[in-house]
Amino acid sequence: MADTVKPEPCRKAFTRKLTELAARDRNIMVVCSDARGSVTLTDFAEKLPEQFVETGIAEQNEVGIAAGLANFGKQAFVCAPACFISTRSLEQIKIDVVYSASNVKIVGVSGGVSYGALGFSHHSLHDLAVMNTFPGMAVLLPADRLQAEAMTEWMASYKGPVYMRMGRGAVPDVYENSRDSFIFGQANTLREGDDVCIIAAGEMLSKAAAASDMLRREKINVKVLDMHTIKPIDADAIRNAARETGAVLSIEEHSQFGGLGSAVSDIIIQDTPVPMKILAIPDEIPVEGESADICSHYGLTPDGIVEEVRALLKKKAGFRAES
Amino acid sequence: MDYTRLQLKAAEIRKKLLTMIYQVKNGHTGGSLSSVEILTVLYYSIMKIDPKNPLDPQRDRFIMSKGHSVEGLYTILADRGFFPEEELSNFYGYRSRLIGHPSVKVPGIELNTGALGHGLSCAVGMGIAAKRDSSSVHMYCVMGDGEQAEGSVWEAAMAAAHFRLGNLTAVIDQNHLQISGKTEDVMDSGCLKDKYESFGWYVKQVDGHNVQALNEMLEEDQDPDTPLLILADTIKGKGVSFMENAAEWHHRVPTEGQFKQALNEIDSHIKEIQHG
Repeated sequence: MADTVKPEPCRKAFTRKLTELAARDRNIMVVCSDARGSVTLTDFAEKLPEQFVETGIAEQNEVGIAAGLANFGKQAFVCAPACFISTRSLEQIKIDVVYSASNVKIVGVSGGVSYGALGFSHHSLHDLAVMNTFPGMAVLLPADRLQAEAMTEWMASYKGPVYMRMGRGAVPDVYENSRDSFIFGQANTLREGDDVCIIAAGEMLSKAAAASDMLRREKINVKVLDMHTIKPIDADAIRNAARETGAVLSIEEHSQFGGLGSAVSDIIIQDTPVPMKILAIPDEIPVEGESADICSHYGLTPDGIVEEVRALLKKKAGFRAES
Repeated sequence: MDYTRLQLKAAEIRKKLLTMIYQVKNGHTGGSLSSVEILTVLYYSIMKIDPKNPLDPQRDRFIMSKGHSVEGLYTILADRGFFPEEELSNFYGYRSRLIGHPSVKVPGIELNTGALGHGLSCAVGMGIAAKRDSSSVHMYCVMGDGEQAEGSVWEAAMAAAHFRLGNLTAVIDQNHLQISGKTEDVMDSGCLKDKYESFGWYVKQVDGHNVQALNEMLEEDQDPDTPLLILADTIKGKGVSFMENAAEWHHRVPTEGQFKQALNEIDSHIKEIQHG
């Protein structure tokens, strides 16, 4: 862990890398809906104005325009806060992008409850669920700046629709370097262990690693899998982890329905039934507060994760006794 | 330009699309008949397209934003040689690529449509790309007048003027009817000419069944910095007396008797054209 590096939001690493790639590849274009500040695209817009399209506050039009650019052979990135682009533009994503097989990358920033006290209008706790159901849509969540860079590089050369969701705040590095952080569709093992396996992605990953480190001091060995590609999900890694550890805890800053936990449980229940817990935002409008308050309220913290692991270990013991 | 040829082609397209609908007992009849001349002029006179090379980067782009009027479009694409004409009889069929709305599986279709209010945004994106590439490709987008109730149309209209897209021509097939009745009763879009002009477009109005007027308008040089809207006054169900101006023919299928009468009427019209 490179603890000495100042933590940085994934979105900054994304735009820095994209600007670098776009300066070399004039075919890359960015579409943005009055969100260049939120996405951190101001520098891109100034340096590469011919590759930047500002649509104003019009997320439906934004995605349609991106599909039109793709029809002309452009490598189109359409960027906006996750709450808006995954909701207001949903039909354009469904038809203009997915159904029309348009080569468009959809980048949602400040996902989950990043916007905290701005309220539910600004939260995106359903985005993974809806994107997961679109045929052929790849869904990515970077855990740190290094992985965000690697994903950006991959997206710039990939043909097909992708949804990448990032949070707003700075996150500590969980990887040593960008190169080893991401292979599309292949989960990374961040911590080894055979008592429980935590499957997490995005901003939750560093918290999962911290919980694993805390538990290791008590001789509880928790494996941590980085499921950075939510779709297509790495089913082999999930099955192997379930066999090795006999209990799975999924963690996400998303509704308990339709996100990472649902995708993992689809595999577990059909192939390798073991006790499982989905730690996510329950079926309610989230409690008011800043992002950290909300995460803390629902146990999406290293301490909360430790508690869930303990509960899961009991369940695992009971499950073994019964079977 | 041989306008008699275009008139005859339009009549032939009407017969073929009605045959297609009658054979498979499904389809959007009224709106397809209203846009026949618009499509005929675009596909047989105006647009630079090559059926042998449907993905030629230099092709003009066409988007049928009122995707439900796909029957005329499929008929024309087959007639132009984009795919075999025999396929038309498999419209709506199991595993047929000819589904009830434009699909990119069909050569010559740029984007899937079907939900209204999408096409113009896509055309704007294409227009921006063409402009920044200094390409001479021109974008054409056909919308319905009922479709103008979709808010996304106006997002796109605003953007087309903002980006000074002189390479974009939109045509509204203004037949004044939609599935529930008269467009002005369902949701009155008021004066579309004033609305688009206030959004920064040039607007021209034309009889949407007059191939000569349509062709001359589409051939005129367009201001390089201004999108053009052609308000084409049309008749839903055009060409078949009992289908004309009748909202119930939005997606009604003719009976055997009605089908025969429809073809007879179009045949009589063909004779009139031939005899000047």
